[in-house]
Amino acid sequence: MSASLLLALPELILSIGAILLMLAAAWGGDGSSRGITLAAVALLVVAGAVALIAPGGHGDGFGGLYRADAFSDFAKLLIYAATAVALLIAPNYFERNGEMRAEYPVLILFSAVGMGMMVSALDLLTLYVGLELQSLAAYVLASFTRRDTRAAEAGLKYFVLGALASGILLYGISLLYGFSGTTSYGGVAQAMGGEFSAGLLFGIVFVLAGLAFKISAVPFHMWTPDVYEGAPTPVTAFFASAPKVAAMGLLVRVAVEAMGPAYDAWRQIIIFTALASIVLGAVAAIGQTSMKRLLAYSSINNVGFALIGLAAGTEAGVAATMTYMAVYIVMTLGAFLCILQMRDADGNLREGIADLSGLARTRPMLAGALMMFMFSLAGIPPLFGFWPKFLVFDAATRAGLFPLAVAGAVGSVVGAYYYLKIVKTMYFDEPAPAFAPSESPLEGGLIAVTAALISPFGYLAIPVLGGISLAAAHALF
Amino acid sequence: MIGIQHFLIVSAILFVTGVLGIFLNRKNVIIILMAIELILLSVNINLVAFSAYLGDLVGQVFAMFVLTVAAGEAAIGLAILVIYFRGRGTIAVDDINRMKG
Repeated sequence: MSASLLLALPELILSIGAILLMLAAAWGGDGSSRGITLAAVALLVVAGAVALIAPGGHGDGFGGLYRADAFSDFAKLLIYAATAVALLIAPNYFERNGEMRAEYPVLILFSAVGMGMMVSALDLLTLYVGLELQSLAAYVLASFTRRDTRAAEAGLKYFVLGALASGILLYGISLLYGFSGTTSYGGVAQAMGGEFSAGLLFGIVFVLAGLAFKISAVPFHMWTPDVYEGAPTPVTAFFASAPKVAAMGLLVRVAVEAMGPAYDAWRQIIIFTALASIVLGAVAAIGQTSMKRLLAYSSINNVGFALIGLAAGTEAGVAATMTYMAVYIVMTLGAFLCILQMRDADGNLREGIADLSGLARTRPMLAGALMMFMFSLAGIPPLFGFWPKFLVFDAATRAGLFPLAVAGAVGSVVGAYYYLKIVKTMYFDEPAPAFAPSESPLEGGLIAVTAALISPFGYLAIPVLGGISLAAAHALF
Repeated sequence: MIGIQHFLIVSAILFVTGVLGIFLNRKNVIIILMAIELILLSVNINLVAFSAYLGDLVGQVFAMFVLTVAAGEAAIGLAILVIYFRGRGTIAVDDINRMKG
């Protein structure tokens, strides 16, 4: 038992810490929220260090419900890093309206516990509990600014569609359980290796549909633009990064470990969602006027590319998917950090693309950073966003999926159009009223760090990032 | 004799009713919450039926977890609905259109 507890140490640290912080929040009131936010970041750092060191080693715990391996370690590090950024940018944003409450870091921490369980799940039961822990906290976070009707609407839409997706996923789980007689990934895989019944096929389809919702892949993407636009910007930055990694990690593990023998059955589904996400993410973004909506379509588009690696179904493909998610969260967090700087002279938030006009003349550094994020999201070399795209296409062609790779490359060209449009707005249009100067050295520093990571210097990290991704993928096969 | 297939048919009907309840209903968000409960209950019927059929307890344990999570989900859904109603003064589905997607 103690061995199991050691395996799950990152989750234990976070959940016990979050409960203690909740008590501190009730005791200290909203005045303590800044301190609690910093304590939450410290907890994430400790949990990340524990995941990295792995004092309990790697292995299965809790009677085969939970697994700590190189894959879960890598995914958890990404999740905790993205979560910490979402925590650090929150106080400045919420305090302007007096809406910073101490519940924010606590909810984010519970969400992080759920995400850690998702990537470590080795049983459909753990999968479901982790997913719901993450989702329930996320529904509340989406409508965190209670007085803002748009946030309340975002929360309501997210809740209704999220609960529907959980229901679909759960129905699939019940079918997998009924037709394989077990809820453990290994047992389900064994059943799929044997006689393949229609019930198992339906189970696969329902489970994949529920998970496609969580990574906002087409055709289950419809909530994404509305929720991203309505939710407060730090929460949107959180939604676009950490839960995406967790859901993708979960999807990869379920696909490989539980449904591996049925590769031929789910490959077509993944290929379809990947292509549909790339095309819709690229085309629907063109007419957008809000930066947050645009980044929502950008995240749909990028998830499509990440899925190409999974569609290949090989170790290299899964490694490419994980590398993609690692680079993607850096790019998307950087872009959202830039959006946080968009405040007019009165301190009101601006979200329109038109507000960026002529930014290069009023705020050249900010414009330069945003240009790098846009080019990187489009996958234009020499920026680092090119490298993971190259990896997923490489994995797809090696697996013989030439049409998929070609279609994906064409889709990325279409997608480049709207990223370039933003760069054109910033550099060649007549200046709009200038934004208020940035007051937060922290946000400026984070933008500088993320920009440095996706700059051509990022290529220096390839041996490390590639090694970790390959080790993570190797743990699954 | 009532066999496993009868339970599966009932649960499939409930599931489809729940999904249709979410998409066809244009009146009231509360009805959507009820439809979500219906979906989760159909899953529970499935799990318990399979559990009895297979002689395996995991399905019933799973059903307990689903019940617990469903309670939490309903609480959060109603809470969000309350703050939405405070801001807008309506919970009609057709009025949830501040943002167009």
